[in-house]
Amino acid sequence: MAKVPVQFSLNGEEKAEFVDSGSTLLKVLRDKMGDTSPKGGCLQGTCGSCSVVVDGELRLSCLTLAETCDGADIQTTAGLASDGVLHPLQRAFMDEFAAQCGFCTPGMIMAAKVLLDANPDPTREDVIEALSGNVCRCTGYEPIIRAVLTAARSNSQNAA
Amino acid sequence: MKLAKDYFADQRTEELKELGQGLQRSDVPGHVTGKTSYFADRTFPGMLCLRMVRSPHHHARIRSVDLSEAERHPGVHRILTHKDIPHNLYTILILIQVGPEDEHVLAEDKVRWKGEAVVAVLADSEWAANEAAAKVRIDYEVLPSVLDIDAALAPDAPIVNEHHGQNHYMYDSGPSRKVRYGDVEKGFAEADHILEQTYYSSPIEQAPMETTGCIVTPDGNDRFTCYTNTQAMFFTLDNTSIILQMPGHKLHMVGGTVGGGFGGKVDVTVEPIAILAAKLTGRPVSFIYSRYEEMQVSSPRAAEKIVLKDGVMNDGHIVARQVWGYTDAGAYSRHSPYGAQKGAAHYPGPYTIPNVWVDTWCVYTNRTPSSAMRGFGVTIADFALEVQMDKLARLIGMDPLEFRFINAYRDGDMKAHRQPTTGAALIECMQEASRVASWPVAEKYMQMSSYKGG
Repeated sequence: MAKVPVQFSLNGEEKAEFVDSGSTLLKVLRDKMGDTSPKGGCLQGTCGSCSVVVDGELRLSCLTLAETCDGADIQTTAGLASDGVLHPLQRAFMDEFAAQCGFCTPGMIMAAKVLLDANPDPTREDVIEALSGNVCRCTGYEPIIRAVLTAARSNSQNAA
Repeated sequence: MKLAKDYFADQRTEELKELGQGLQRSDVPGHVTGKTSYFADRTFPGMLCLRMVRSPHHHARIRSVDLSEAERHPGVHRILTHKDIPHNLYTILILIQVGPEDEHVLAEDKVRWKGEAVVAVLADSEWAANEAAAKVRIDYEVLPSVLDIDAALAPDAPIVNEHHGQNHYMYDSGPSRKVRYGDVEKGFAEADHILEQTYYSSPIEQAPMETTGCIVTPDGNDRFTCYTNTQAMFFTLDNTSIILQMPGHKLHMVGGTVGGGFGGKVDVTVEPIAILAAKLTGRPVSFIYSRYEEMQVSSPRAAEKIVLKDGVMNDGHIVARQVWGYTDAGAYSRHSPYGAQKGAAHYPGPYTIPNVWVDTWCVYTNRTPSSAMRGFGVTIADFALEVQMDKLARLIGMDPLEFRFINAYRDGDMKAHRQPTTGAALIECMQEASRVASWPVAEKYMQMSSYKGG
């Protein structure tokens, strides 16, 4: 199968690979670049486990062709902590018991990050809307909503 | 969170240390940083993808299988059939002498449910495996099927599974598991009211976020490493050892964090065939259910039919309970003979009833084999029992919570399966529920205790 080059920034690091044409971003991140934080839960764009941030926008990496991300800036949960310091969302997910099996967690955190970047002071309804594309089967929605609201509050305290 | 420490305070010798404290999960730092390792978070050079060709029919005879076109498809390395499997006929609980072996790893002469595995295609990529799987030609002679418990137990029903000979499991106690306690007929004769109701449930899919699967690597010395998300590592190891006729020391099973199971990953469905594929090709193999397979093929909670007949007095005491419980195992046993048996002991519920008669059946139909899911055998029983309790309370014009206080089991009460009750806390739980739910009951019930005489 013909290989095509892809080059993009992943969590601030320049990456380049030759991939099978038609490969999804999810497959390239996981199998070629060793970032297994995005998960494949349905591979049909319905569960949100594969959510990553591409140029500031939330994207389902299982439905995104890697070739379309050439030159993009991609962020995943694996790159969220900086210098070993957890992002407020990560801290809040830990404190609020917002994860059980953990499989949906990286996608949840990416969806929440895109929300907080655009809206630092969201309402509960804003959070529910932002997470509506992410499925959690361990029935953790309430703790997850609380965690996102907690992270928003800790962000605004830090800024003050 | 509030810990109700007042109850049973005399049974504690020291202050509780962990209970009642909010503790962080030990695995959550890995979850929030994406570092937690799941079985599929690895890839190997040259890894083959296994795609299963499955029955489109509920019940059919296999006339012929034509692999010629599929084998020529670019990227295909090998296609496995039942002839490749050393010990093709298995049943999971044979490990604890619950037979007979009743299920083929890959179908031989028949398929007995829509989704049964027939042929396994191994190819370079998922795309090639999917395309080649579509080119496997199987000629079926469709047979009459039975799709619910009543149809399966009808006198002229077609036989679902010849390894059982009839459409229900045969226990050492006969066609059903039985509990006999007191004299139900005498109890019914004395009762002020009798209520008989039938309850049905549908199969329920566990729907974990991470689908069932495994990745196998050949170690080069006829040993194999299998990374799996099974919930039952030793069931998997031992059944694989039987199916592949390989000693356990050649099978290195590696578990880890499971992305949700809820019982759906207790059966042994992917590992034996994936390890065999790695052995026969010499290549790493991944066999991971698609979301479609997870929802349609993986074993759900069983459908159940439950008939409850209760005799109750006007003062609120239940004096007799008769139960016919039916578990729809689907086409094969898996864990259902055990699930149905568990129900037999459970049916009186957490209530003390002097006369109890229970028969539970494990029934075969041409449906997806059912298996473990969160309290299987008792969860649907509890649904039926508690709906029945509400109906009984209404029948005698009593508050449904007070009705449960009257019948609740307490320490020292004999259960129908002849285990004396110890450590009961139902009374206290209901007292707390009464307060939390603002559903008041008479003061005498708030003064009750699970201690006898209390």
